[in-house]
Amino acid sequence: MAYTEEELKKELETKEYEYGFYTDIESDTFPKGLNEDIVIAISKKKEEPEWMTSWRLEAFRAWKEMKEPEWANINYKKPDFQNISYYSAPNKKPKYESLDEVDPELLDTFKKLGISLDEQKKLAGVAVDIVMDSVSVATTFKKTLAEKGIIFCSISEAIKEHSELVKKHLGTVVPQKDNFYAALNSAVFSDGSFCYIPKGVRCPMELSTYFRINQAGTGQFERTLVIADEGSYVSYLEGCTAPSRDENQLHAAVVELIALDNAEIKYSTVQNWFPGDKEGKGGVYNFVTKRGLCEKNAKISWTQVETGSAITWKYPSCILKGDNSIGEFYSIAVTNNYQQADTGTKMIHLGKNTKSTIISKGISAGKSQNSYRGLVQVNSRAKNARNFSQCDSLLMGNDCGAHTFPYIEVKNKTAQIEHEATTSKIGEDQIFYCNQRGIETEKAIALIVNGFSKEVLNKLPMEFAVEAQKLLEISLEGSVG
Amino acid sequence: MDLKDKLVSSFLAFENNIDVDHPVHDIRSEAIKNFELKGFPNRKEEAWKYTSLNSIQKVDFSIFPKETNALEYKDVKRYFLHEIDTYKIVFIDGVYSSFLSETTHDGVDICLMSAALSKPMYKQIIDVYFNEVASKDESLTTLNTAFSKEGAYIYIPKNKMPKKPIEILHFATGNEAALLLQPRNLIIAEENAELQIIERHQSLTSNEVLTNCVTEIFAAKNAIIDYYKVQNDVKNASLIDNTYISQKSNSVVKVHTFSFGGKLTRNNLNYYQNGEYIDSTMKGVTILGEKQHVDHHTLVHHRQPNCESHQDYKGIYGEKSMGVFNGKIIVDKIAQKTNAFQQNNNILISDKATINTKPQLEIFADDVKCSHGCTIGQLDEEAMFYLQTRGIPKKEAAALLMYAFANNVLASVRIPELKMRINRLIANKLGVQLGFDL
Repeated sequence: MAYTEEELKKELETKEYEYGFYTDIESDTFPKGLNEDIVIAISKKKEEPEWMTSWRLEAFRAWKEMKEPEWANINYKKPDFQNISYYSAPNKKPKYESLDEVDPELLDTFKKLGISLDEQKKLAGVAVDIVMDSVSVATTFKKTLAEKGIIFCSISEAIKEHSELVKKHLGTVVPQKDNFYAALNSAVFSDGSFCYIPKGVRCPMELSTYFRINQAGTGQFERTLVIADEGSYVSYLEGCTAPSRDENQLHAAVVELIALDNAEIKYSTVQNWFPGDKEGKGGVYNFVTKRGLCEKNAKISWTQVETGSAITWKYPSCILKGDNSIGEFYSIAVTNNYQQADTGTKMIHLGKNTKSTIISKGISAGKSQNSYRGLVQVNSRAKNARNFSQCDSLLMGNDCGAHTFPYIEVKNKTAQIEHEATTSKIGEDQIFYCNQRGIETEKAIALIVNGFSKEVLNKLPMEFAVEAQKLLEISLEGSVG
Repeated sequence: MDLKDKLVSSFLAFENNIDVDHPVHDIRSEAIKNFELKGFPNRKEEAWKYTSLNSIQKVDFSIFPKETNALEYKDVKRYFLHEIDTYKIVFIDGVYSSFLSETTHDGVDICLMSAALSKPMYKQIIDVYFNEVASKDESLTTLNTAFSKEGAYIYIPKNKMPKKPIEILHFATGNEAALLLQPRNLIIAEENAELQIIERHQSLTSNEVLTNCVTEIFAAKNAIIDYYKVQNDVKNASLIDNTYISQKSNSVVKVHTFSFGGKLTRNNLNYYQNGEYIDSTMKGVTILGEKQHVDHHTLVHHRQPNCESHQDYKGIYGEKSMGVFNGKIIVDKIAQKTNAFQQNNNILISDKATINTKPQLEIFADDVKCSHGCTIGQLDEEAMFYLQTRGIPKKEAAALLMYAFANNVLASVRIPELKMRINRLIANKLGVQLGFDL
C-alpha cells in the first residue's frame, strides 16, 4: 500500500506522544459503573476463591463510605466512578508457551513500545510479565525462575495457585481501608504481578512488568505484591506508557512490598503515562498507593522517575518495623505543560537503629505544579533512628510552581534527623559555559538536568537508567524559551 | 455552655460598654460573625494539626474581669527591663495601669488603643490601618478583632525615633478563677522611623489565664522595627499570639521570640512584603520542659521582587514537652530575585519529648534562591566528654552546649540588657549557674 499524504499528516498529528496509538484487539469489557454485582462479577470472571470475593466486597463497602482525599496540592476534575468500566481483558487468551502463539497484533504493539519478547531480552536477563489492559498475557523466563523456587506470575494466577501465600500477605501492608484509592483498588483490581522469593535466594535477574492502558474508558487497577522471604534479594522494575486519549484515564494501583528478616527489595519505576497535551487536555490520573514493610535487618529501596501523567498522587513509603532496617527513596519528578504532581514518601521508624534516606528532585517547567510531600516519623521506641532528606527543586520558566511539604515528627531523643531543601533555577552562567563550548542551549539544559538528577538516576538498574535519561530529555523538550 | 457560645453571647454585653457608632464597630460585628461561623480551630485543620485547643475550651473563662487589682511596682519590678529606662505600657487583667506605665505624646505616640479608638484626632489613622493586615477569616484573629478595645497604640512619624525602647506588659493577677485576655496592638512606623519593642505576658498566680493577642505592625519605607517577645509565663497560662506585619520598600522588621514558659503557646507570625528590597527576619529560641507546648507558625509572603527573608528557630525540648514548627514561605510569580532562608534546629533531651516540624515552600517564581533546613538531634557526646575531661560538671557542660546552640539567635538581640536578661532566663530554665554571660 502506498504511503499517502493523508497518512503522513496523521502520523505527524500523533507524533507528539510517541507511544500514543491504540491497538485494536477485541476486548471483553464490562458495562460501566460500580456496584456489588460488578465486584462479584470481576471475582467470578477471574475464577477466584470465595475468600477473595468477600475480601473484595469488604473493600467495596468501605470504599462506599469514603471520600476522595482533597489535601493534595492538585486541581482536577474528579473522575466519575460510575462512568468507568472496571474490567477489560484482551479476548483471545489461551496460555502461551511460545511467542508464536501470541496474537501478532499484540506483539506488534510491544515492538512499537520497544519491548522485545525475544532473544534480546533473554540475553539481557530480563523476565517480562506483560500486563496489557489488566490481564497478564505473556510470561517468560518462568521456568528459569521456577528452578530457583521463585514465583513470578500474575496476581490472579497467584490467587488461584498460591492461595495461602496471597491470603496471608495481601492487604497486610496496605489494608483495604487504607485510603480512598486503595479501597477502590482492593475492590476491583483486575490484575497485577505477584512475586515470591524463597528464603536465602538471590533473584538472578531483574524482574520487570510493563503496563499499558489500552481500552478506551477503562480504568487500570493494578495490584502488585512482592514478598522477599528471609535473606533473599530481588530487584523489580516497573515501567509504563499509555496511548493518548482525550478523556482522562484513571489509574489507581496498589503495590505492597514485604521484606522479611535480612531480605532486600529494590523497586524501580519509570512512569510515563500520557501527560495530556500542551493545553492540558487529557492525560492519565495516577493515584497510587505504594508501601513496603521491613522486618529485621531488611531493606527496601524505592526509585522512581515520574515524567508522565496529568495528575500524579503517589507516596511510596517504608514502614521500618524491624530493628536495623533500612528504607530508601530516590525520586525524580518532572512536570511540564499542565501536569501536576504531588509526590513524596513516608518513612515510619518503628524499630531500633532504623535508617532512612530520601532524595527527591523535582523539575517543573511550562505551567506545571510540582509538590514534594513527605513524612518522617520516629516513634518513641525507635532508638537511634537516622534520617537524611534532601529535596531539591528546579524551576524552568516563570509559570510553574515548586512546593515542598515535609512533615517531621520525632518522639525519641536519640533520633538524628536532617532535612534540607532548595529551590532554584538553572544558572545563566551554567548555560553560558555550555554555549561557550559549543553545546546548544537545549542540549545544555538536558545536560544540567541530568546532572541535577544524577544521584537518583544512578540508583536505577542499567537498562532503565539509559531510558530514564532519554525520558527526561523528551519530557522537557520545548520548555526552554 | 461552651466557650464559643459564651463568647458569642458576650458580644452583646460588650456592645453596651463601647461606642457602637464608631466605624470600627462594623469591623467588630463582621468579625464576630466570622468567629460564630468558624468557631475554635480543631486538629482536623492543617494549621492546627499538632496543637489542640480542646482542653482550653473546657475552661470557664471570665471574659470581662469584674474588678481590677492594683500592683505595687516592687512586686513586679523583676518583670520589667528595669536596668534601663524604657517607655512602658502596662495592663493589669486587661485594664490599663497608668500608675505603672510611662507613655508619651512627645513627637511620637506611645499610648493606648482605647484612646486611639475613641479620640477623633486618631480617627484618620485608625481608618487606614486598623484591621488592615490582620486576617479577616482566621477564627482566633477575628475573635480578637470582635472584642478589640484595649492594647498598645504606637505611632512613630516620619524620620522619628523614640528615645528609648518600649515595653508592653500584660499582668494577670488571678482575681478571677480563669481569665481570658484579648489585647489588640497597633504599631505604625512611618518612613525612616525606627523603634524597639519588648512584649511580655505574665501571670502572677496559678489561676488559669488565656491570652489571645493580635498585633498589627506597619513598616513604611526604610523603617526599622525590632520586636522582642519574651514568653516565660507560669504553667497555667496559655498564649495565642497573632502578629501581622506589612512592610514597604527597604524596611527591616525583626521579630525575636523567646519561648521558655507557659502551658500552651501558639505564635502565628505573618509577614507580608509589599515593596522591594525588604528584609524580614524572624528568630526564636524555645526551651521547654514539663508538659509545655509551643507551636511556632510563620508565614512569609513574598509579593514583590528583590526581597529577603531569614528564619532561624532553635528548640530544646525536655521532659514531656512538645514543640511544633511550621514555617511557610510563599513566593509569588512576580517576586523574582527573592532570597528566602529558613532554618529550624532542634535538640531532644528527653524520651517523652516530641518535635513536629514542617517547613514549607510554595514557589511560583523561577529566579529565586530558597532553601530550608531542619535538623533534629541530641548533644554531641564527644563534646560533652571533652568538657567533662576539663572539669566541667555534666549539667553545666550540657548547658554550655545548649547556649552555644542558641547563640546565633541571641547574638542578634540589639539591646544588651535584654540579652543578659534572656541569658539569665535560659540559665534558670536549664537549672545552672554559669557564673558568666555569653
